[in-house]
Amino acid sequence: MKQLLKYSVAAIALTGFSSTAQAEGKLSIYHWFEYIPQELLDKFAKEYDVEVTMDTYDSNEAMLAALKAGKMGSYDVAVPGDYMVEIMAGEGLLDTFEPGELSNFSNIQPQWLDVSFDPGRKSSIPYQWGSTSFSVNRDKFKGDINTTSILFDPPAELSGKINVLDTQGELLTMASIHMGIPQCSSDREQLKGLNKLVQDAKTHWASFGSDTAKDVLVSGDAHVGMIWSGFSAKARNEGANIEYAYPKEGYIVWMDNVVLLKDAPNRENALKFMNFLLEPENAAAVTNYAQYTAGVAGTEPFLDEAVKNSPESNPPSGPVGHFVQACPQDVQVLYDAIWTNLKK
Amino acid sequence: MAGGIANASESAGIYKGRAGLLILPSWLVIGFFLLLPVGMMLIYSFLTKEFRGGVIWEFSLAAYDQFFFNRGLFGDEPPQIEWTYINIFWRSLWQAGLATLFCLIIGFPTAWFIATRVPRHRTVWLLLITIPYWVNLLIRTVSMKFLIRDTGPMNEFLIWLGAIGEPLQLVNTNIAVQLGLFYSYLPFMVLPIYASAERYNFALSEAAADLYAGRWTTLRLIILPAVKPGIIAGSILVFVPSLGAFLAPDLLGGAKTFMIGSLIEEQFKGNAGNWPFGAAASIILLSIVMTVLIFYARSQTRREAR
Repeated sequence: MKQLLKYSVAAIALTGFSSTAQAEGKLSIYHWFEYIPQELLDKFAKEYDVEVTMDTYDSNEAMLAALKAGKMGSYDVAVPGDYMVEIMAGEGLLDTFEPGELSNFSNIQPQWLDVSFDPGRKSSIPYQWGSTSFSVNRDKFKGDINTTSILFDPPAELSGKINVLDTQGELLTMASIHMGIPQCSSDREQLKGLNKLVQDAKTHWASFGSDTAKDVLVSGDAHVGMIWSGFSAKARNEGANIEYAYPKEGYIVWMDNVVLLKDAPNRENALKFMNFLLEPENAAAVTNYAQYTAGVAGTEPFLDEAVKNSPESNPPSGPVGHFVQACPQDVQVLYDAIWTNLKK
Repeated sequence: MAGGIANASESAGIYKGRAGLLILPSWLVIGFFLLLPVGMMLIYSFLTKEFRGGVIWEFSLAAYDQFFFNRGLFGDEPPQIEWTYINIFWRSLWQAGLATLFCLIIGFPTAWFIATRVPRHRTVWLLLITIPYWVNLLIRTVSMKFLIRDTGPMNEFLIWLGAIGEPLQLVNTNIAVQLGLFYSYLPFMVLPIYASAERYNFALSEAAADLYAGRWTTLRLIILPAVKPGIIAGSILVFVPSLGAFLAPDLLGGAKTFMIGSLIEEQFKGNAGNWPFGAAASIILLSIVMTVLIFYARSQTRREAR
């Protein structure tokens, strides 16, 4: 054993180690990857003389898991999607504030003020909203793309060239939309059908990936990619000849929100930051970067023309967008089982 | 192996009395970094899962039940053996074993080559082996993907050569995962074997030749036994991390199927949020690895006693 250990030491010396410098952070953000321009963070830091640190995640569920696993109290704000705001509030992870604490509160567009996932906006403010659907490489496929069959029952030439998001909520919701069944259904026949649908569809899929969703389209590894609207616009800007689909069966809409976390170490700065993001110019800066749509009034003059008129940000009338619903526990376990089954 | 154990018990005698406090740091390290985490894992695996991550402090066998028994999608069918997780484990064991084999096939000659250079050149060769590993594993894995993707340099070169007409589909296959594992852990094989081979007495090879042993016989009966500790250390160092790897399966394999590592990761970080099950899967994995190592240690002790 001694000898073994000696050899091991030499090899272990090889393993890289990384260190994260824990700064005297005065605002600690937990955010999606690639979702806020560094310049905007710098601007806030300069304007309010605050030291900003940010960690990132790649799915609502990963964020929730990290917070529940002991990260509460280390971040001031996070940016969950609509249904996740409701879940986090239910888990008691959110702090509340009074509208009076944010001088720009009135900039919130009226339709995003009294939302079902946070009635009256007690813990959250709108960040950006957009949709989830999929994009198709137009060099590889010329036919009609506005149907969810592209993902779940694709034409032969696209089979094996499809990337789907590695997020249970969005993928299974998209599948439910394809089947025309309600979300959070607990009907046995419907769930068996859903299970079979994704199992069969998987034979056509090349990969599951969320943070890679843009790259696989740009590189050409995938000809079809389930993707968020703004991420698709970015892929297009990076040279991919892709078109974002608005399937006739429907697609997913969502709104990401900045929430004030419970036990925030810097509550004051968190509120300053939220107020800062409600400034039309700053909200527009996020939109210009992430290519989604702000929930703040008055951003128009600050928006890039290309973003304002992008097909990804301007859904046609007709196809309906659905919000992802948070299912009750006894139903959620069934969807969890379908997901594990899918990736076994 | 046997020698090591005997030494340990002898040396324990030296540290009797107050001097025994000197080994306190070792016990603290073992306690904090080994016993405590493994103990927590064991306890968590027997707790009740909380919805969306976390645990409820109530005893439950649900995690192990989920691992071994299948009660259908709705949980009300008569229990059957659950093959899902056994298959995931089997797939991971198989991939890790294969990666170990490939690392050995390439690593042994490499280590031997370096060990047989003149001493001042050896350092250079060793440096060359380690330089790529100064780069973070994530970056190396992504780079590997760039190299082998359909439109990547490797495929374009092969097409340019005329060796293939269509790009080879490597990304998102098991071959890519295998390539990633092999590349990630190769030096863990080379270095221990090198450490053994470096001390090999070449007079033994000459003696074997004098006694009319052919090259193969010399390799099999003289060299391999001499460097065996290095091979075994290297194999363990490659096999164990390969078993739990999730970067290569995720990035190169397309995350389509769970490996042990990604299955466990999913329980803590992903959608399922089932901590007890993640802990149970870890305990089962730990038991498998421990059993294999103990069996090996036993057989080794017996052989040396003979």
